[in-house]
Amino acid sequence: MNFRAINVIYRKEMARFFRTIIESLISPVISTSLYFVVFGAAIGSKIEQVNGVTYGAFIVPGLIMLTVITQSVSNASFAINFPKFTGTIYELLTAPVSYMEIVIGYVGAAATKSILIGLVILATAFAFVDLPIAHPVAMLALLALTSASFSLFGFIIGIWAKDFQQLQLIPLLVLTPLIFLGGSFYSVDMLPGVWRTIALFNPVVYLMSVFRWSFFDTADVPIAVSLLAIAAFTGLCLAAVWWIFRTGWRIRQ
Amino acid sequence: MPSIVSIRNLTKTYSTGFQALKSVNLEIEEGEILALLGPNGAGKTTMISAICGIVQPTSGQILVGGHDVVRDFRATRSQIGLVPQEISLEPFEKVFNTVTFSRGLFGKSPDPEYVEKILRQLSLWDKKDNNIQSLSGGMKRRVLIAKALAHQPRVLFLDEPTAGVDVELRKDMWSVVSDLKAQGVTIILTTHYIEEAEAIADRVGVINKGEILLVQNKAELMAQMGRKQLHVDLAEPITAIPEALASYALELGSDGRSLIYTYDTKRERTGITNFLGDLRSAGLQMTDLATRQSSLEDIFVGMVREKP
Ligand SMILES: Nc1ncnc2c1ncn2[C@@H]1O[C@H](COP(=O)(O)OP(=O)(O)OP(=O)(O)O)[C@@H](O)[C@H]1O
Ligand SMILES: [Mg+2]
Repeated sequence: MNFRAINVIYRKEMARFFRTIIESLISPVISTSLYFVVFGAAIGSKIEQVNGVTYGAFIVPGLIMLTVITQSVSNASFAINFPKFTGTIYELLTAPVSYMEIVIGYVGAAATKSILIGLVILATAFAFVDLPIAHPVAMLALLALTSASFSLFGFIIGIWAKDFQQLQLIPLLVLTPLIFLGGSFYSVDMLPGVWRTIALFNPVVYLMSVFRWSFFDTADVPIAVSLLAIAAFTGLCLAAVWWIFRTGWRIRQ
Repeated sequence: MPSIVSIRNLTKTYSTGFQALKSVNLEIEEGEILALLGPNGAGKTTMISAICGIVQPTSGQILVGGHDVVRDFRATRSQIGLVPQEISLEPFEKVFNTVTFSRGLFGKSPDPEYVEKILRQLSLWDKKDNNIQSLSGGMKRRVLIAKALAHQPRVLFLDEPTAGVDVELRKDMWSVVSDLKAQGVTIILTTHYIEEAEAIADRVGVINKGEILLVQNKAELMAQMGRKQLHVDLAEPITAIPEALASYALELGSDGRSLIYTYDTKRERTGITNFLGDLRSAGLQMTDLATRQSSLEDIFVGMVREKP
């Protein structure tokens, strides 16, 4: 393993994040606060409780997931797409680094950023609502796992995208609907029969369910099923990355 | 001398179906400076990219220091530095940081003194904390060189290092190159400037349409292929070449005051003695004599043009 290479990639990416730390953190905090005002206060006053939790508290895990997933994908996809755009990817290709090392460096940095953002949102949430955290260790582990697997997914999109338009496409067309329909702001139990069945094909549902469980100790779908779904998604992304580097798809001519 | 880079039957067909390299064979000796000459689209960059790992060979084999560049990429790439043809740099990075990054990427421990040394050598030290986007084109090219040297490579590829670079920087670069050669670094450079190859290369390779036409010791090449011209200045101008000299295929200078005799140094006899004798018999008086060797450029243009 070329640990020094992993180290310099990771540090360079984190330095980029800290150079723009204000922008990086302030926008999630502001948008989260807005969600609290709109959903928590305005709508929340109409909805009493969901599964025995106030609506304001109920949406916190959803908000964290929403931001962590979108940030992971956009950070990781940009991080690898930009070198392709500027041509500096030549350096990665000519260095004695394996694809695993490149992935660990880039995905690790993107995931770290997402975890930090997730924690900042959590801290913001405490300012608005009373929030129980039933399983704190599991909560942190799920936060890290989600950040890592969606950063991996973002990395793939960054390699696939030929320009910045395409880079925006997947998040806009696929990710946002999946997240919003994935039970970020409601429980899938609230959906009528057919829709509930359809929702179960949405991978985000499983993620949301188990993440919410780590806060409130109740889940829409069994924990084991959720974990299995997350593992499958991560496995799929890993397989895709392995294939990309083996064939040189969109990287090596 | 042992080969440091050895290319065997290397073929590259791009996904477009275009064959950029056609069974190329090339042995590069350790410690030499090899200049690759060839017109646009000849396949120079493709060949370098295949050695360095940017392009996947379609078939054939490349060894660097005895290791296969695909199977044993860590061993080969850690010995290679590449200065790419295109200026590719991250605009918001600082000069010092980006050179340090390159060193780390190649698995070398940080060495600020060494980085300082190469930045000074390339006259970049006073720019070390500048953002790359604030540098001029020539300075950016120096940064690329500094990055390529950051991990102390054994083999350095310079893909048109002096394209769009002023005379001063070109001279700087040549001196960096000869310093590196003195340290035993093998250097492969591509160029369109024949003077460059002539000035610094030990051997010259000519590549055209994906094929290597020749690789030869520079001096040998020039001696072997070079034609020489003998310029004779005449005391009195003449209007036509005298009958007695018709067999020599002479050219008459534009003002009628000089004669140009072209001969081949490859031949056993150049015919100079006879020519000068016949010149005197024809009653022509000369005031001066000069010989001129044809340059690599003449040779190169001739070769590339001969091929259909
Ligand atoms: N990615 C690619 N896909 C398809 N064809 C390519 C690709 N890269 C290069 N080529 C083609 O391969 C040929 C060789 O290109 P290459 O860049 O190796 O030439 P070169 O000798 O470096 O030329 P130059 O002096 O202009 O830099 C050209 O005809 C070029 O159009
Ligand atoms: Mg080229």
